[in-house]
Amino acid sequence: MDHLPQLVAEARAAIEGAQDVQALDEVRVHFLGKKGEITALLKGLGQLPPEERPKAGERINEAKQILSDELESRKQMLKDAELDARLARERIDVTLPGRGETTGGLHPVTRTLERIESLFAHIGFDVAVGPEIEDDYHNFEALNIPAHHPARGMADTFYFDASRLLRTHTSPVQVRTMKEQAPPIRIVCPGRVYRSDSDLTHTPMFHQVEGLLVDEGVSFADLKGTIEDFLKAFFERETLSVRFRPSYFPFTEPSAEVDIQCVMCGGEGCRVCSHSGWLEVMGCGMVHPEVFRHSGIDAERYTGFAFGMGAERLTMLRYGVNDLRLFFENDLRFLRQFG
Amino acid sequence: MRFSETWLRDWVSPELTTQALADRITMAGLEVDAIEAVAGDFEGVVVAEVVAKEPHPSADKLNVCQVNDGGDEPVQVVCGAPNVAVGQKVPFARVNATLPGDFKIKKAKLRGVESRGMICSASELELEEGTSAGILVLSGEAPIGVSLRDWLALDDHAIEVDLTPNRGDCLSLKGIAREVGVLSRLPITVPDANMVPAVHQASFPVRVESPAKCPRYAGRIIRGVDVSVSTPLWMSERLRRSGVRTIDPIVDVTNYVMLEFGQPMHAFDLANLNDAIVVREAQDGERLTLLDGQEIALREGTLVIADEKQPLAIAGVMGGESSGVNASTQDIFLESAFFSPLAVAGQARSYGLHTDASHRFERGVDPQLAQVAIERATQLLLSIVGGEPGPVTDVMSPDHLPLGHEVVLRRERLDQCLALVMAGDDVVDILSRLGMRVDAIDSGWRVAVPSWRFDIALEEDLIEELARIHGYDRVPVRRPSARLKLSASNESSQPLARLRRHLVARGYQEAITYSFVAPELQEALTPGAVAPYLANPISSDMSVMRASLLPGLVKALSHNLNRQQARIRLFETGLVFRGELDDLEQVAMLGGIVCGPRQPEGWSSSREGVDFFDLKGDLESLMALTQQPDAWRFDAGEHPGLHPGQTARILCNDRHVGWVGALHPGVRASLGIKTNAFVFELELEALTQGNLPTFAPLSRHPDVRRDLALVVSDDVPVMALMDAMREQAGEWLVDMRLFDVYQGEGIEKGHKSLALGLTWQHPSRTLNDDEINQLVDAIVGEAKMRFAAVLRS
Repeated sequence: MDHLPQLVAEARAAIEGAQDVQALDEVRVHFLGKKGEITALLKGLGQLPPEERPKAGERINEAKQILSDELESRKQMLKDAELDARLARERIDVTLPGRGETTGGLHPVTRTLERIESLFAHIGFDVAVGPEIEDDYHNFEALNIPAHHPARGMADTFYFDASRLLRTHTSPVQVRTMKEQAPPIRIVCPGRVYRSDSDLTHTPMFHQVEGLLVDEGVSFADLKGTIEDFLKAFFERETLSVRFRPSYFPFTEPSAEVDIQCVMCGGEGCRVCSHSGWLEVMGCGMVHPEVFRHSGIDAERYTGFAFGMGAERLTMLRYGVNDLRLFFENDLRFLRQFG
Repeated sequence: MRFSETWLRDWVSPELTTQALADRITMAGLEVDAIEAVAGDFEGVVVAEVVAKEPHPSADKLNVCQVNDGGDEPVQVVCGAPNVAVGQKVPFARVNATLPGDFKIKKAKLRGVESRGMICSASELELEEGTSAGILVLSGEAPIGVSLRDWLALDDHAIEVDLTPNRGDCLSLKGIAREVGVLSRLPITVPDANMVPAVHQASFPVRVESPAKCPRYAGRIIRGVDVSVSTPLWMSERLRRSGVRTIDPIVDVTNYVMLEFGQPMHAFDLANLNDAIVVREAQDGERLTLLDGQEIALREGTLVIADEKQPLAIAGVMGGESSGVNASTQDIFLESAFFSPLAVAGQARSYGLHTDASHRFERGVDPQLAQVAIERATQLLLSIVGGEPGPVTDVMSPDHLPLGHEVVLRRERLDQCLALVMAGDDVVDILSRLGMRVDAIDSGWRVAVPSWRFDIALEEDLIEELARIHGYDRVPVRRPSARLKLSASNESSQPLARLRRHLVARGYQEAITYSFVAPELQEALTPGAVAPYLANPISSDMSVMRASLLPGLVKALSHNLNRQQARIRLFETGLVFRGELDDLEQVAMLGGIVCGPRQPEGWSSSREGVDFFDLKGDLESLMALTQQPDAWRFDAGEHPGLHPGQTARILCNDRHVGWVGALHPGVRASLGIKTNAFVFELELEALTQGNLPTFAPLSRHPDVRRDLALVVSDDVPVMALMDAMREQAGEWLVDMRLFDVYQGEGIEKGHKSLALGLTWQHPSRTLNDDEINQLVDAIVGEAKMRFAAVLRS
């Protein structure tokens, strides 16, 4: 009986010395198992005088309880250490790049076209498209540009033969729509257009978005509001100055060029705006009665406005691109900037 | 149109700075492109007279001159100009003067002789571009000692206006002044162009054979002109500031009158005219040597000015060399005509010409001007080259002259269009100052359009005039209103934007390539493709319309490969053009091209190159968007631009809609592309049309999967085998997938082993082994029978 303290000390040393859960279990069996040393002491109680038994039993059970607790806490510690070790082993460098496909990107001109379409879609404009090889009638005649009209010189046209050509604007789509659809009409016509001009600031192909609104009682004031709203929304500048300058297009009357305060310099004057503070961004006007006549729309009852803009120009201003020709080289180093 | 500001201010001079004046006309629709100083920046230059000239003692080409600059004593100056002479009035830069380029004049010694100042040439004062041949000689009346800047009014600006083609009436000082007059509500001063009485009765016969094209032809003889005199400096300065070169006094006068009033004129040497002036249409092949020296063959229908022997000029475009004024001319015949815009339109261009005259006649010259201009020119000629004028011959065909017409402007329409109410007085004032006669009527106004306005035919044209003069900025800003009407949207169709984004998410970059391509490239990639050729291409490598997106994509691929890009994935959407013009299809396509490693280079990615199946996988994922799982097929096919063993035709509901495959190695080699590249192209419509999703109930019962390994000959298309198996698999088959293709050890040469997993599931009960075994037997049996497939144990 007197070696109980020594036994407890031995057990404690063994518990401390156990380096894993299995060794610890062996310690438990050795001292507290059915045949364990502490258990043996309990079994030997019967040999004591009856009056000593309760006291001795209490001491042994106390020791047993202490060792059990210590075993348990040691076990928990070893388990925690094991988990920690595993977690440490499984550590990765989370700063390594992720795996898989990189994302591509839309062409910047498509980005612009989609934005314009969507801004106008919000106020009920549908998208209309049409052929790119057009005939003289739809590209010129129906737009009040008869043969030999000086305005034909405004756009150098690519021809296939005497009457077929590459459209010089997307206006033929407006003509086609007006022939098919009764007012009210609200459309935007995005697409490729062609002019035989190639230098630093012209490419023989570029993109336009034209818009058309035909209804009863449409005024030049409505045109001004629509264009101003659009330009402010496109450039996301609520205070953008917009001015309308009288101009000439055979298919609109009155006609206007639209200038905005230079978005590069804020109107202070810079290379982009030729130090004028203004940038010409689009043309517009009230639909010419002659165009309505060609399209079979009653010009006494209906009025309307039309506008047109170059997508490349707006893209350049929006993203600061300084070379038009980059748009059609399809250099990945360029395209990836707009992903 | 370019003109001098001071010249304009002779007509009308509002109290505005140059810039404010330019802004005003710009905002009225005459866009000012440039404002330029008419001379360099200099000071200290005065008018002086050369009073003595002696050769320089030690330099052959120099003279020592004494000039009187208005000071107490003559000033000695060494001059190297060959044309310097005693008695000349010259621009003289005194000591301490500053010439353009901040060049200071100092006292100097030239080869030992003192020189105190400098006699200047026109180019040294930037009155002329390039280098002048000698010093500038001023006219005799130039006052000695007066600042040259003041004397020549050099504090002037050349204003360049970019006129729209409808405003032919503004191609003159008179037209611009009229605009400035109405904008500033000021009257304009028109130079005197009174009739110059004939001093003899000699006239030259004029016969107009094409009165419709030439409704008016005025002419006059002026005898005994002296062409040896030079054009006065005031006139040559005005011409120069308007961008017109000085030629000789007679041509200068006709140009001057053209700038002043807008009437192009021509002067013939009377001695070179035979019998009569004949205005007629040319015969095919008649030859004419033009003033610029080039000989052209005329075409039938071109209006010419001829005499009884030969054509002399293309009417309204350019005169001929043989009949023009030259150094020995004594008598001239002056022409001032009205050619109808349609008669001239397109003519100059068709001969590769563009002249000040054709530019004006095409846009419309005031038919009333012919008389005014000829009197004004006569008056100026008499004062410069002298001579005796004869009577004016004025051949008119009133039937063909444009009639002055009237346009009714309704108040209601004006208010409605501009959303404002303009005061009636303003309407009348603006239109009147523009030269219109305005009568008030019940509904508004009746307006008589002046003869110089070829662009006003409708009410809307008048509304524009009023709006632009009143100011577009004064038109209110409103928004159109419309009914809030929902419109149907077809959910089963895929918007193009979605397809684009799908490819973008799979790593593709969108390209936009030209719609016209090099014929050789097109022929290499799509031999035999027929597409329209442009009649006037920019260059031969942009001369045929693309029949396929491949040429553009291949070119873009090359561009990037040449710039060290190894991994390229591009797509494009757009029209292709197939067939002859009369049988043309313009079809919207989607195409793509890929090359390089399958995955972007990275620490854990494979270095394997892309192959056919990567591209096919991309396409299948696009096709899945259409919700038509059974519509699409890929069949082995042959395309001349593609690898014969790695090409598939794409079918949608059994219609051939496109191709996918590897670029043919031979084609690649011919294009200098060293890497494997894979392409696809298909009709966009097949991808944008789809189905709505349809719901199928989910089964609560377990599924059953069986894996089969079948060995078949190498040439058995897997899809055909799978289709056959599917036919035997019963209606509860929910999935069949190929999970391995093996060739090599254990498989007979020329064969392949296919591992397929088949999954069945019944909607309302558990399938039992027996029924599945029966189906498997049937499948294997079919595969064996039709494809000699052997079940691998």
